[in-house]
Amino acid sequence: MINTGVAPDHMMIAPILIPIVAGAIMLFYNDRNRQTKLIMGLVAVGLTFLASIELVSDVKSATEQGGTVVGLYRLGDWPVPIGIVLVLDRLSAMMVMLTALLAAPSLIYAAAGWHGKGQHYHSMFQFLLAGVNGSFLTGDLFNLFVFFEVMLAASYGLMLHGSGPERIKAGLHYLAVNLAASLFFLIGVALVYGTTGTLTMADIGRALYWLDDAERVLFHAAAGLLGLAFLIKAASWPLCFWLPPTYAAASPPAAAIMAIMTKVGIYVILRLSLLVLGPDAGPSAGFGAPVLMIGGVLTMGFGMIGILGTPELVRKGGYLAIISSGTVLTAIGFAQAGGGSLMLGGALYYMVGSTAAISAFFLIAEPVSRNDEGDDDAPVEDDGFDPLSERWAPMGLGTVEDTTAPASQRTVSWLTMSICFSLVAAMIAGLPPMPGFIGKLAILRGAIQDNLSTAGYLPMELWVYAAMLILSGLGALIALMRFGIRRFWAEEGPAPRILALEVVPVVLLLGMIALQTVRADALLGYTRDTARALLEPGVYRKAVLAGAQDVRAAPVSSLAPDPAPAPDEAPEAEAAAPETRPQPEPAPAAEMASPETQVNP
Amino acid sequence: MELILALAIGVLVGSGVWLMLRPRSYQVIVGLCLLAYGVNLFIFAMGRLYVGAAPIMPKGGFVDPTAYADPLPQALVLTAIVISFATTALFLVLMIASRGVTGTDHVDGKERHS
Repeated sequence: MINTGVAPDHMMIAPILIPIVAGAIMLFYNDRNRQTKLIMGLVAVGLTFLASIELVSDVKSATEQGGTVVGLYRLGDWPVPIGIVLVLDRLSAMMVMLTALLAAPSLIYAAAGWHGKGQHYHSMFQFLLAGVNGSFLTGDLFNLFVFFEVMLAASYGLMLHGSGPERIKAGLHYLAVNLAASLFFLIGVALVYGTTGTLTMADIGRALYWLDDAERVLFHAAAGLLGLAFLIKAASWPLCFWLPPTYAAASPPAAAIMAIMTKVGIYVILRLSLLVLGPDAGPSAGFGAPVLMIGGVLTMGFGMIGILGTPELVRKGGYLAIISSGTVLTAIGFAQAGGGSLMLGGALYYMVGSTAAISAFFLIAEPVSRNDEGDDDAPVEDDGFDPLSERWAPMGLGTVEDTTAPASQRTVSWLTMSICFSLVAAMIAGLPPMPGFIGKLAILRGAIQDNLSTAGYLPMELWVYAAMLILSGLGALIALMRFGIRRFWAEEGPAPRILALEVVPVVLLLGMIALQTVRADALLGYTRDTARALLEPGVYRKAVLAGAQDVRAAPVSSLAPDPAPAPDEAPEAEAAAPETRPQPEPAPAAEMASPETQVNP
Repeated sequence: MELILALAIGVLVGSGVWLMLRPRSYQVIVGLCLLAYGVNLFIFAMGRLYVGAAPIMPKGGFVDPTAYADPLPQALVLTAIVISFATTALFLVLMIASRGVTGTDHVDGKERHS
């Protein structure tokens, strides 16, 4: 009505609805119809991808026309601070697109046999996508919790898919850690509601301004608890010990799509820290930024040590995800502390590329580790190498190889895999033609430009970050090269069978990475605009709250929290009094009465 | 009432945390349940405490909102209960599976001293 935003109204909810509906329809089919389900899943992912293209192009064209960059979708058409909204901006559009792009290769890979290892793989996969997309699109803190739980519940199922002792053991830890994190999340949400009286993300920033000192302390506690919950999800350093074993135990296609889940944690931190606690938040400005900076750098260091120390290739993938998280988290910390948009734009570009690379890495790691006995006759230094094939055997890996490919294809697929492995390693280490390099260069260049133009010198933390950025790449390169030389170069004997269905998704992901290099300028421009928009939370807030005047009709300055028992309702009661519009009464009633009374008093 | 509720939340969360850090999976699940109860009560308390006030307003007309309990935390608690119940049930299944597969109820799947 008042703020229709840029997106065509119902397109915004499509990335949530399509996977949910597809996943639900799949439940009607017998689980043995896996080919049908696979096709349905691919169609759903394709539709989601088309929807995300539409959303991204809408957001882009709106910016070019100088319009508002935020689209709004009111569920049930309730007015804004009361009802639940979906909010679309550049960041969420980009993340939804990334999710769809990662989903398709993972699904194709699962068709090589993994989707037959347990029940309802495809339904859970779709529910996971719905949860991830919902988390990216929602503009409401509690709704975020719900989508988070949808995503987590599906991920429990996917992680345990295939069963086996290894997965059950890792799954128990994963579940316990995430249940605890969800409880932190809930405490944080409750505290936010208790202090600000609202759960709409845009409204929190506005209400924050009027908190008194005691409430502000409570709000900071809430922000800390929420941060804890999301940092667990994003795998920041002291909270990341669950990640490598979990991702290593999960089946490869599940791990590949779970690579986007750490990015959901990062997305929420990025969104909330800049929207609520950004530079314009008054006394709360920059709250938590040092934690992100220091924690991020330590995370990168931990990931580097981990990747050098662990002999198993799949676990190395987990540590790669940790390094990638640390890199982006530190950049967010800098941005929140007042760093410029150029650096954050580079970090976002890096995040897109590294997520795709990690996803590809998990898909590569399992096939190339097959039959890898560690070759005791030619011990390099990995004498205690865990024979991976043994580890996988109880999970029914053998049946994957039973569906044989022609013998001539074996070497070709093995060769392709090894080339893909080296490309992904180069990407992750940040070697020149790859987006990893472009991303890191953009981060560093942006940081230097931002700081030299404002402060005139480079702060100490930035030097540490730059050093870690390069060192962590070097660590990853050494670790992956050691594995690559031993496995692809030095090893003789028959190569394990790798199906074409397992090679194709990896090549697809690499194609995506290559496209990111070729179109680096366009993508970098997009992420830089995104970062600029993120650093102007006022625009987002105004766009979301434009319709809020319906309910809180008084000028913003009268919205100071009331010490009365119900601060969320009291301001509206006050606001209703000086209201000159014809509907003063339904304002407080709208919160709890039926829709009819709200529409027509 | 504030003191009693605060003590109740404190005891629930305190014992929940202690149990969650124990090595037996049964203790962990009981700890998670207690934690969830404590958190649910806490959400409830964040809507401020009311005695004998209904959360639902009568239809139509202006009513004094201060005479009613805040319905939002109640809705939140309802959602939180459902979600924590479901995940706890899944945890229970996993716990039993782990017990069956590993032969021990230690959370790491093996006894520390053996």
